Amino acid sequence: MALAEAKRAALAARTDGLTTAGEGWLATARDGAKARLAAMGLPVKRDEYWRYTDPSSLTSADPLPATARGAEEDEPGFAGIDQVRLVFVDGVFDAKASDDPRLAGVEIERLAEAAARPGHWARDLYGVLEARGQTPVERPLAALGTAYATEGVVIRATARAKKPVSLIYVHQSETSDAILHHCIRIESGAELTVLESGPAAARFCKVMEVEVADGGRFHHIRTQGPDLERRAATHVFARLAANALFKSFTLTANGRLTRNEVVIELTGPDSMAHVAGASMGDGGDFLHDDTVFITHAAERCESRQVFKKVLKNGATGVFQGKILVHAKAQKTDGYQISQSLLLDDDSQFLAKPELEIYADDVKCSHGSTSGAIDDTALFYLQSRGVPKRVAQSLLVLAFLSEAIQEIEDEAIAEDIRGRLEGWLHRHER
Amino acid sequence: MLEIKNLHVKLEEEDKVILRGVDLKIGPGEVHAIMGPNGSGKSTLSYVLAGRDGYVVTDGSATLDDESLLEMEPEERAAAGLFLALQYPVEIPGVGNMTFLRTAANAQRKARGEEELSAGDFLKLVREKAKRLKIDADMLKRPVNVGFSGGEKKRNEILQMAMLEPKMCILDETDSGLDVDAMKLVSDGVNALRDGKRSFLVITHYQRLLDHIKPDVVHIMAAGRIIRSGGPELALEVEHNGYADLLAEVK
Repeated sequence: MALAEAKRAALAARTDGLTTAGEGWLATARDGAKARLAAMGLPVKRDEYWRYTDPSSLTSADPLPATARGAEEDEPGFAGIDQVRLVFVDGVFDAKASDDPRLAGVEIERLAEAAARPGHWARDLYGVLEARGQTPVERPLAALGTAYATEGVVIRATARAKKPVSLIYVHQSETSDAILHHCIRIESGAELTVLESGPAAARFCKVMEVEVADGGRFHHIRTQGPDLERRAATHVFARLAANALFKSFTLTANGRLTRNEVVIELTGPDSMAHVAGASMGDGGDFLHDDTVFITHAAERCESRQVFKKVLKNGATGVFQGKILVHAKAQKTDGYQISQSLLLDDDSQFLAKPELEIYADDVKCSHGSTSGAIDDTALFYLQSRGVPKRVAQSLLVLAFLSEAIQEIEDEAIAEDIRGRLEGWLHRHER
Repeated sequence: MLEIKNLHVKLEEEDKVILRGVDLKIGPGEVHAIMGPNGSGKSTLSYVLAGRDGYVVTDGSATLDDESLLEMEPEERAAAGLFLALQYPVEIPGVGNMTFLRTAANAQRKARGEEELSAGDFLKLVREKAKRLKIDADMLKRPVNVGFSGGEKKRNEILQMAMLEPKMCILDETDSGLDVDAMKLVSDGVNALRDGKRSFLVITHYQRLLDHIKPDVVHIMAAGRIIRSGGPELALEVEHNGYADLLAEVK
């Protein structure tokens, strides 16, 4: 079967029986996404962009079942952090479990509410960044999210928010198949933190589009939940105006398959985008894929990609990261590091770092390493009385620290460290 | 305190014998020094005692207060009271020096069934001991040994020793890479820990260090054995005449 035909067949199978709701501008946006999808089809294994990660379980007609482990391991939700909680159970908004979505300087609405209002600001964002992100590389699963999302929140920050908005994804049904699409707009000078946590569903497709206006600041910290069998394909699209800041950190523990794509356009001068991730994989059926594409289209912008993976018992980690610097983006400062700590000989890390630079006055660096725990450091710690197990945890956390440092809020960083310690403790063998 | 009998050690990876029957007995409160030419097995002896991987003990024994060290994990040896100040202290990026010290101190206390130090008590103790070694707050905050100068690394070793309060301290070429002032500082740190009960084994190439840390007994090690033992005057003899005479004598 020819590649294009295979992709179209995958699309037909995946969308068979899916319906879309929405009126007005949302219906128009969805039609646009459907047209993009029809032209692209869904990814198949032979796609170059999916060379290390087999997308078939993300594109199959039905999701593969995934046991929901509930609160047995770590609870989603960043307990102890003052936050506005919005809860989704298997992708369905649960108003009862959620907080009153009122927060000074922040408008929070459900996608359906926003769609009912003609001329809503989200009209200029929903599916817009996703569509821009389809070149130079196609991202059909993101278009799927735009076309078929059943839920989503649209958030607009007009001032500095006092506390984070927290999207909590509870997974209950073994066969849930959730598609969500969120839009976030940070107005000039405003600042907001969005937290995401939880395994969400047996299969989760999610798009988040973020527009940061001049001088706006956006922070994003997410944990993707401990459920072992869950699968997820997520996309974050961000566009930054002048002096804007975007910082995103993701902790992924377990899961059969996780593909997190982040696509960022630095369109205003002096803006700054940092994307970081820590992923923890135990077992031969774990695959975690970070695929990042950052475009520098304006002068003096800074971008950082810091991805760290801890892999054991045959787990696989994938990193595809690209920095594209346009000719006019002089004085760009781009940094990219992807590293894996392989705790045994069976695990593997596949990395494809890319730089494409058309400006002549830039500073760009990238590095990628795979290594084991440093025996000398381990002995040093043990010789000071630290038990081997504790010493190993300490060294793993040290390995991850450069990624965790990207979280500005110390209480949230501490929450993440606690989750990591818990994971290391549960996965000692 | 420390008793080593007929210790034979070879490398794990290759068939190379390093120690060929070391005998050494250090009593409580005593300071012993081991000198010897390069490759005589001095550092190997310290590593084997501390439990580093890569060596196989083929014969002999080593006990600390009559407890056999050689079957213990490195952390158990530490909890039993053994401390090795490394010739090349290890850099550990990402682990704060303070976290390192506190984790170590409390792990040892826990292993001995003692109560862990509270954050406040620990901080007070560390600051006091650090001050004596001229270790500033910044060095405590930085990752373990990362970006430390040679002297700072050695001072940091002595700080660990001071915090962990071991019974038996082994100093492996602690003087290497130190200028005169740093050597004085490190020696003062060591001398401050001499309390009549704590024992020391000082491994060094140079007599210089022994002017500062006065040994009770000096041993000369060559080709994996202690070939001579004597008082501090033995170190002076080596300083003046080199090892050649001693080696010839034994042969």
